[in-house]
Amino acid sequence: MRQITYRQALNEALDEEIARDPNVVLIGEEVGQFDGAYKVTEGLLKKWGPKRVMDAPISEAGFIGMGIGASMLGVRPVMELMFWSFSYVAFDQIINNAANVRYMSGGQINCPIVIRGPANGGTAVGATHSHTPENFIANTPGLKVVCPATAYDAKGLLKSAIRDNDPVCFMENTILYNDKWDVPEEEYLVPIGKADIKREGSGISLIAHGRAVITCLQAAEILSKEHGVEAEVLDLRSIRPLDEEAILETVRKTNRVVLVEENKPFCGVDAQIASLIQDKAFDYLDAPIKRVSAIDAPQIYSMPLEKIQLPDARRVVKKALEIL
Amino acid sequence: MTSNKSKNSDKAPSAKTKAPAKKTSGTTAASTRGKNKTVDAEAAQLEANRVSERSQEFSRAAREEVLEHNKTYVKDPVNASLSKEDKIRLYREMIRIRRFEERTLRVYQQGKVGGFLHLYIGQEAIAVACASVMEANDHVITAYRDHGIALAVGMSMNECMAELQGKFTGCSKGKGGSMHYFAPDKRYWGGHGIVAGQTPLGLGLAFALKYQELKGCCVCMLGEGAVNQGVFHESLNLASLWRIPVVYLIENNGYSMGTSQARSSAGAILAQRAEAYEMGWDHGNGNSIYEVRAKLANAMKDARDNQRPSIVEFMTYRYRGHSMSDPDKSYRTKEEIENYKKNKDPITLFEVTLREEGILNDEAIKSIHADATAEAERSAQFADMSPFPPPEELMTDVYWESDHPKQRQSHGSLFFETV
Repeated sequence: MRQITYRQALNEALDEEIARDPNVVLIGEEVGQFDGAYKVTEGLLKKWGPKRVMDAPISEAGFIGMGIGASMLGVRPVMELMFWSFSYVAFDQIINNAANVRYMSGGQINCPIVIRGPANGGTAVGATHSHTPENFIANTPGLKVVCPATAYDAKGLLKSAIRDNDPVCFMENTILYNDKWDVPEEEYLVPIGKADIKREGSGISLIAHGRAVITCLQAAEILSKEHGVEAEVLDLRSIRPLDEEAILETVRKTNRVVLVEENKPFCGVDAQIASLIQDKAFDYLDAPIKRVSAIDAPQIYSMPLEKIQLPDARRVVKKALEIL
Repeated sequence: MTSNKSKNSDKAPSAKTKAPAKKTSGTTAASTRGKNKTVDAEAAQLEANRVSERSQEFSRAAREEVLEHNKTYVKDPVNASLSKEDKIRLYREMIRIRRFEERTLRVYQQGKVGGFLHLYIGQEAIAVACASVMEANDHVITAYRDHGIALAVGMSMNECMAELQGKFTGCSKGKGGSMHYFAPDKRYWGGHGIVAGQTPLGLGLAFALKYQELKGCCVCMLGEGAVNQGVFHESLNLASLWRIPVVYLIENNGYSMGTSQARSSAGAILAQRAEAYEMGWDHGNGNSIYEVRAKLANAMKDARDNQRPSIVEFMTYRYRGHSMSDPDKSYRTKEEIENYKKNKDPITLFEVTLREEGILNDEAIKSIHADATAEAERSAQFADMSPFPPPEELMTDVYWESDHPKQRQSHGSLFFETV
């Protein structure tokens, strides 16, 4: 099977969905002429023209609000945030409008938007550029949020997100953009709301999303080689909707779980998952649920310290050994 | 005109008033008078207000001013083409809004409406004008003082009144409330609570029209307090840059809650901010329905035909406070309010106009008023008798997918605490 990068996978998804549905329009800063700040939209303006690929000025609240308004009349905007850290300037539009117009109107309107872009730290871009707000989005009924870790998942989930009739927040990772994975040539979708076992095992469950999945796979290698433990790595892929059954199934299988995320700890996604596990799989647990998240401070700039701040394989292994 | 009793009737008698649920023929306030003295006082005040609106009370100077003013705007093509029936309908629509708002005021004071109630009393000409000049592909959106435009586009008093009381028969099934009336089938998109939050939405509706190659525009209404929000400026820039057919209609009633325009906004004419974005703008008297129609239709045509967005600002006034929670004591004088009621009321101005044109007489006016009062009364009864939504309704209308389970493509849990 051919291998393509996470970035190319996203590019293909966008290209295919623009071709498929005349209502799909890309809007974002530098998505057109610049070919995308991270080259995700490379070549799309040239292929599809300025009606389908729109360069926006620096006005997140304005163009995301515009996209929400347009979606009420059937346009399906796919709006890029250069960083999800910039979503906060548009937060009123996302949280109060996108999430609520359907409810407040008693179901007369829906909002088929996608907001996509990188949500990650680890690149020495400092405290204001390194946010991972999937937890804020997941806390908001009316919104959906997905965090693919591989090129295969990225392509399939983005296509599903664009076809979804609800507002979907799509969180990528600049560090993952260059990773290559097997991706079929033929069209396929990855359904939203289905987790994926990236590595099977029965010794302990490592549950993660986004780049933390890659970190867990590295940790699983160490646990296998150095400690003789076979970890199961469950990639959530989707935060809301959440594949609760997959989470409970892996816990029932291994009886021990470490939850890993690159977000800060308080009210991170893993807090919700820990609550779910102890509620519905209590009798299967042989140890407390453990979490590994980012060190609880604003994202630091200095590179060696940021490396310490984000979960790495060693820290995950250390936490796993606490309960093995 | 209005007696000193008006001061007392402004107080919320909710602690003392019991809602009279009995059926009435409801043609005038007199016939709906219950045994409760506070309700009597309120009804009497309303009657007095109505009398005060009659053009006989209208000062001579104001009367001459409006007739002079009309000479300009009645000739505008959009007004010259109005038939006698059209003009009566415009008058009736304003009266219907006035009576509905007065009735909701009483319902609120009876404790049946939660949260906020932002009354449109005094601003009726703008909503009615806007709805009356909308064409087949034009859309409209506004903020939270939305009862006027809702009725003007054709929503029923029943569904609006029921919505206020959180009833299942409300236009949003009780899920939105006063600030969130929506009627997409009438091209009216709410009803929004965050000041200026609707300004990029209106831009988006207009963008969609352009994208779908439909010849139409979107009128995005906002108050003068919204012009200082950042997202409004972002929207103006995008509208001008991308030539999006949106018309921003500023309803300038002088006060953002308790803060006057002079205390909140730099620059005397707010619409003039359009120049910073190379956009056209206009400014006018929001109490003259002919003038609002003329200027708004002009702006909408420019948007529709030439894809030129613009700002139109109309000076108007609200007789009541920002919302029912506003005691309305600290920021303006009683004399100022009385002056507007006496000399600038948009309904009275139009009544003078139509009497002068020989279209309305005492009998017609009384009949229109009586019908509107009765309709409002019936809607209050409809709301009273309607059920609340069942608890399961908490979970509907959250996601398109959860409302369409057979077409759902996603898996997993969408909700984490349910009824």
